[in-house]
Amino acid sequence: MKIADKNTKAVDLVRAALEKAKEYEDYHAFISMNEAHALERAREIDAKIERGEPVGRLAGVPYALKDNFSSPQGHTTAAAKMLEDYPSPITATAVAKIEAEGAIMIGRTNLDAYAHGGSTENSYFGPTSNAYDKERVAGGSSGGSAVAVALDIVPFALGSDTGGSIRQPASFNGVVGVKPTYGTVSRYGVVAMASSTDTMGCFAKNVEDANLVMSIMAGRDEKDSTTLADFWTKDLTEATPKQKKIALIKDSIGEGIDPEVKSAIENYASKLKKAGYTVEEIDMPILKYALAIYYIVVPAEIASNLSRYDGIRYGLRSSEAKNLDSVYNMTRDEGFMPENKRRIMIGNFVLSSGFFDAYYLKAQKARTLLIDAYNKAFEKYDALLCPVAPRPAFKIGENTSDPLQMYLEDVMTVPASLAGLPAMSVPAGKSKSGLPIGAQLVGPRQSDQILLNIAASVEDK
Amino acid sequence: MSEYKITIGIECHVQLNTKTKLFSGVDNDAVDKEPNSCVSPIDYALPGMLPVLNKAAVEKAVRAGLAMNCKINLLSRFDRKHYYYPDLPKGYQISQMYQPIIGAGVVHLPDGSDVKIEHAHLEEDAGKLSHFGNYSLVDLNRAGTPLIEIVSMPDIHSAAQARAYCEELHRLMMYADVTNGDLYQGNMRFDVNISISKTDELGTRAEIKNLNSFRSVERAVEYEYKRQKALLEKGEKVIQETRGWNDATGKTTSQRSKEEAQDYRYMPEPDVPPIVLEQSYVDKVAAEMPMMPADYRSKFGVLNLDDSAREAIINYPVLAERLAEVCDKNVNLAPRVANWFASVLLAEENLDKDFTLATGAELTELSEMVEKKELSSTAAKDVLLEMYDHKNTSKTPHQLAKEMNLLQENDENALSQIIDEVLQMPECAKAAEDVRNGEMKAIGFLVGQVMKKSQGKANPASVNELIRNKLS
Repeated sequence: MKIADKNTKAVDLVRAALEKAKEYEDYHAFISMNEAHALERAREIDAKIERGEPVGRLAGVPYALKDNFSSPQGHTTAAAKMLEDYPSPITATAVAKIEAEGAIMIGRTNLDAYAHGGSTENSYFGPTSNAYDKERVAGGSSGGSAVAVALDIVPFALGSDTGGSIRQPASFNGVVGVKPTYGTVSRYGVVAMASSTDTMGCFAKNVEDANLVMSIMAGRDEKDSTTLADFWTKDLTEATPKQKKIALIKDSIGEGIDPEVKSAIENYASKLKKAGYTVEEIDMPILKYALAIYYIVVPAEIASNLSRYDGIRYGLRSSEAKNLDSVYNMTRDEGFMPENKRRIMIGNFVLSSGFFDAYYLKAQKARTLLIDAYNKAFEKYDALLCPVAPRPAFKIGENTSDPLQMYLEDVMTVPASLAGLPAMSVPAGKSKSGLPIGAQLVGPRQSDQILLNIAASVEDK
Repeated sequence: MSEYKITIGIECHVQLNTKTKLFSGVDNDAVDKEPNSCVSPIDYALPGMLPVLNKAAVEKAVRAGLAMNCKINLLSRFDRKHYYYPDLPKGYQISQMYQPIIGAGVVHLPDGSDVKIEHAHLEEDAGKLSHFGNYSLVDLNRAGTPLIEIVSMPDIHSAAQARAYCEELHRLMMYADVTNGDLYQGNMRFDVNISISKTDELGTRAEIKNLNSFRSVERAVEYEYKRQKALLEKGEKVIQETRGWNDATGKTTSQRSKEEAQDYRYMPEPDVPPIVLEQSYVDKVAAEMPMMPADYRSKFGVLNLDDSAREAIINYPVLAERLAEVCDKNVNLAPRVANWFASVLLAEENLDKDFTLATGAELTELSEMVEKKELSSTAAKDVLLEMYDHKNTSKTPHQLAKEMNLLQENDENALSQIIDEVLQMPECAKAAEDVRNGEMKAIGFLVGQVMKKSQGKANPASVNELIRNKLS
């Protein structure tokens, strides 16, 4: 990516990005633009460069911010009516770190409201179009960020991934998407979806840029007790896999998988072989339970995390409400999208007394078995290879009346989320109709840079 | 017909006196502060805010547990307890449902009875609502204040014992320095579960919520006993329900039945990692614990104090500590100090004295001065009160007594000289003659004259003896 220096003005980089955003406005990648503030920051950085002052590793680089990251610039909406007019007084740690290195936020990108969804169709502000086909979904929930990078509006964008929300839109739009190990990047200031699987990552055009952005965001944050000590320290070339062995998950390219996705993954596997890796097919039968586990544990945490939106202190309060009960009921009825409500209901159901043991507790036990199965696989392999999604981007509106079908689109991405593992989506070719297809690499905890190193070794330059 | 036996279990919420809240860095002391002035974005539950555990609250919880002779659990976890109310910003309270930090223990009451502790857990307090005509206001200053909830076993069997248990808990928490202990400010609040039965099988219980004084605990139990007894004697049933206490009417009233009870949808708290303690840490905290009321009770046994005096002193940890120091220096001098505490210091109308001002050594010295007749017991009480004045902290009791001109003259030569002068005085001639003639009644007049001349500093007993010797 282009960094501002004596010859490249930050103002020019930002202006170009803003112009491109305007040109591609009809894709609806952005919820709001940050034009005036972005240009002001760009001028400040140019002035610093002029004076010979340090400006950071991302000086003047325009970026797009998923609209569930808090920042005092504009409103932090999470694409929800509930927060349509919510000005956050705080700055998410990830944003603060990126901007401390000179990156400039040009706008806030669209997502499924509260990050609930895999298509960005659940946004209160309407869907985002796929960068390769306007009739198709951007994927989600970080659809806006993926499309902003795919359309070359910005060289990188921030996203969050709870069950595939970075990887799947990255795959649908042909860009690199990094979902790090749980705890790598602080969750402070990001509107919570499911606390035990929420991770913050990024989209970029190539592995090198993604690695740079991640190396800046990673690290322990006292404001998020679940963050890990910074392990993102290596030069990418030093992050070498020990065994040079990769397992292709057999089931993941079996029944129900689009043949073009299957061949793209097989093709990616042969590229890895050519690069010197041993690729073996393995079975991981437990993966078929991951979706069921996910749609119990995650809605439970969602229902809990969304309890704070009660119309009392900030955000929407229904103008029709007449008493305490109607403040709660009408505000939440108006402020949440149908998908939000669906997850709140599932979540409260699995946590309710009499059902907790049968659903939530059992799901957590199964989650432990899933983690054990991964650990066993990683005794022999550096990484696991599988598709990101069963098929390329689907049509806008195709799944909206069938929530279960929509959940099934997450089948490849949720297992790594439940296990807290790093997982990357990297471009692995296109379908005949020109839709991008992504390959997914999953590794042991904190092997994030090794995965990037593997991806870099077969990356099309 | 046998009598109904009453069975009581008590849950006590104790606000911990940490500097900052349980999960945020803002001031935990909201007394006299503007509403919503001690509230961070975390307490306000803004989107994206995460709780960060205050380690000081963990230490206070460990101290509280040790004070109740409880097992400290080296691994404990937080859970979310969900319900909607405007004073609960997140829509859930972070509490410890499944693995509390404090395990089983026992509280020894002054009368020698024991109440077992089931467990105690760490949690955050909610805010406060004020209701006006057609609206209510929310104050979140208290939201996020660390609490421990102490759950007793149903070991209590009378209103008086219920009160004694609450008072002892208060003492223990004060001794452990985990709370400011101001009941008026709600620093300790009691939920009392009461049932009555004629058999060994427990009756249906009613829970009286949110009692904030020892007296209301006692009165509520007495009232509930009568209410439940009247119901059963009429052949009716006691309903399992939550009841509120009205201090003005002296009655409990139904608030919520079991059927209306909320489903709290408990869930492990994913934002706060488990609390993992090392045994060495618990040992270190234990080593730093001060003596507890039960320790003082056994230590003061040799002083033969009456129970009320002993308990009055033990109510003030500093006084108990000072008395113990006096005991260690010279146990014979301690009963007098105990008496001063109970009947002088604590009998004062304003108990706003700083009881730390007089040291154990100084109190021992003062008691010794009386023992050696250097000070009359009346004068000693005056000196004692002066010792609790900030301006006198650098002075010894002897210096104070001297300044106050209260030292008794025991020096025989000096006294002898004063007596000789008195006996020379014309107005004393008759009295002296009477004494010489064996009319000992007259000696009082002479002693009085000597006292006057010595400005009260002479020891009357010594004077009496010296006059007798001189006139015999």
